[in-house]
Amino acid sequence: MLLGISCITFALMHLTPGDPAEIILRADGIKPTTAAIEVTRHTLGLDGPVYIQYGHWLSRVLHLDLGSSYSSGRPVLTEILSRFPATSLLAICGIIVALLLAVPLGILSALYPDRLIDRLGRVFALLSVSMPGYWLSLLLIYYGAVKLRLFPLMGMEGGSSLVLPSLALGFGMAGVYIRLIRASMLEALGQLYIKAARGRGMREWSVIGRHAFRNALLPSLTLLGVQIGGLLGGSVIVETVFAWPGIGRYAVEAIFAKDYIVIQGYVLLMAVVVVLVNLIVDVGCLLLDPRIRLR
Amino acid sequence: MITLHLPKGSRAALAGGSIVLIFIVIGIFAPYLAPSDPLQIHMDHRLSLPSWEYPLGTDHLGRCVLSRLIYGTRTSLYCALIVLGVVFAISIPVGLIAGYAGGKVDQLIMRIIDVLLAFPSLILALAVTGMLGPGPVNLLIAFAAVWWTGYARIIRGMVLQIKERDFIMAAKAAGSSHLQIMVRHILTNVARPILVLASMEVGTIILSLAGMSFLGLGAQPPAPEWGVMLNDSRTYIQTAPRLMLFPGLVILLVVVGFNLLGEGLRRADGRMHE
Repeated sequence: MLLGISCITFALMHLTPGDPAEIILRADGIKPTTAAIEVTRHTLGLDGPVYIQYGHWLSRVLHLDLGSSYSSGRPVLTEILSRFPATSLLAICGIIVALLLAVPLGILSALYPDRLIDRLGRVFALLSVSMPGYWLSLLLIYYGAVKLRLFPLMGMEGGSSLVLPSLALGFGMAGVYIRLIRASMLEALGQLYIKAARGRGMREWSVIGRHAFRNALLPSLTLLGVQIGGLLGGSVIVETVFAWPGIGRYAVEAIFAKDYIVIQGYVLLMAVVVVLVNLIVDVGCLLLDPRIRLR
Repeated sequence: MITLHLPKGSRAALAGGSIVLIFIVIGIFAPYLAPSDPLQIHMDHRLSLPSWEYPLGTDHLGRCVLSRLIYGTRTSLYCALIVLGVVFAISIPVGLIAGYAGGKVDQLIMRIIDVLLAFPSLILALAVTGMLGPGPVNLLIAFAAVWWTGYARIIRGMVLQIKERDFIMAAKAAGSSHLQIMVRHILTNVARPILVLASMEVGTIILSLAGMSFLGLGAQPPAPEWGVMLNDSRTYIQTAPRLMLFPGLVILLVVVGFNLLGEGLRRADGRMHE
């Protein structure tokens, strides 16, 4: 899998119009000499047949050398890793916001199907998946920062600056979770053990919380693995709008700077993150559900 | 008063379908509906409030906001249609061949698709656009290149199921060629579920395309495009917040329309199978 990912990432470099080496040198505004192009091509590993290029590139990547950003001159890996905490903080807060919205709404929708709360949940879910994240971000900036002045406009300074971006990111995720939690709660509530728990005279909130919800939680964890890619994609937009010093914004800046090596490193690392998160989710499911372990 | 008693799914499909239809009409008749030229700059009318001449006011270059929104409908629908067209042109043959041929061909194709699917779609699209250079055409190429994989996989799955049915056996016995079977018997049977699936995804495609333009990677100013308009409005968020209101609202509405339509069609389709 990772080998395939590396192939695609490597191939991306060859999508650039013309010779990447020449483009990188031209970005300084000076017409490069043939010798300079040759040298750059060599440092980029762009000389020789494709399979040898790939081999060189792969061995460098395996030694955690993703090349250097041409605009800052610093190693791409360092640059990305230094922005990693900001992006993960935002992503985790986004997930928390999504769950804070989705868990109560999802449970209530399942408890009272086709009633007002269920319909509200349905409308909310539709709005959540249809809402342009970039527009929501602008609205949040306007109302939260410009009009009411409750939160800082942009950047990452203190806890309050985290509120608006997390809301923007979490809102978009919440819809799918509401639908999923509702569906899995409905399924769990129909099971025999719920009847048994009720029959033993357990309090209703205990039945719902300890028996139904815990069993409904597992699909949500699996969904997180599916959604992590979308979350990373969404964070690109949110980070750009809120000037959040994360990886997504760095990648967008790299695109405008034609910093191809950074783009390449970014894609590779994001794909690795997605694979890793899915691995963790799988292990988490194993730990949470003994039934899967038995299989 | 006549009341329509429709099942739930079709009510959503009807509501969504109407919204979508309105936008399609607006897109087709944009030149007749728009009150002014969406590109005409009036520096003496910059950031003016809504008036009879400019029903939704003007932007920072004095261009009519309503006209830009109307022409933007055209851009968004066109682009989504092109992306879907290219996606189908790739995914249908690939899915058909993988499912029908089976064996090593199938394994190879599916392996490639699995790897491509490991990349977050928006991030891969971002990277492809980054490598090709920002611009509307490159963005469409990037989207098509990223989006076809999911469809190919689903089509392959459907082909695998249909392949085993009796009428395929009958067609084989009647001496139909592989191509005939694939096109006439299998494709016609997967067409409807694929269209339902596509209607569910148009909203997402429009959303993402406008998002890329918002980032400056797709349609470029002065093109009348919703994402571009939103991006332009960022600078004036304090002085003219209405500029960011309308494009976002329009995107939300059209995406809600497509999502309702897709969801309704899916439920109706499910009932038909039952």
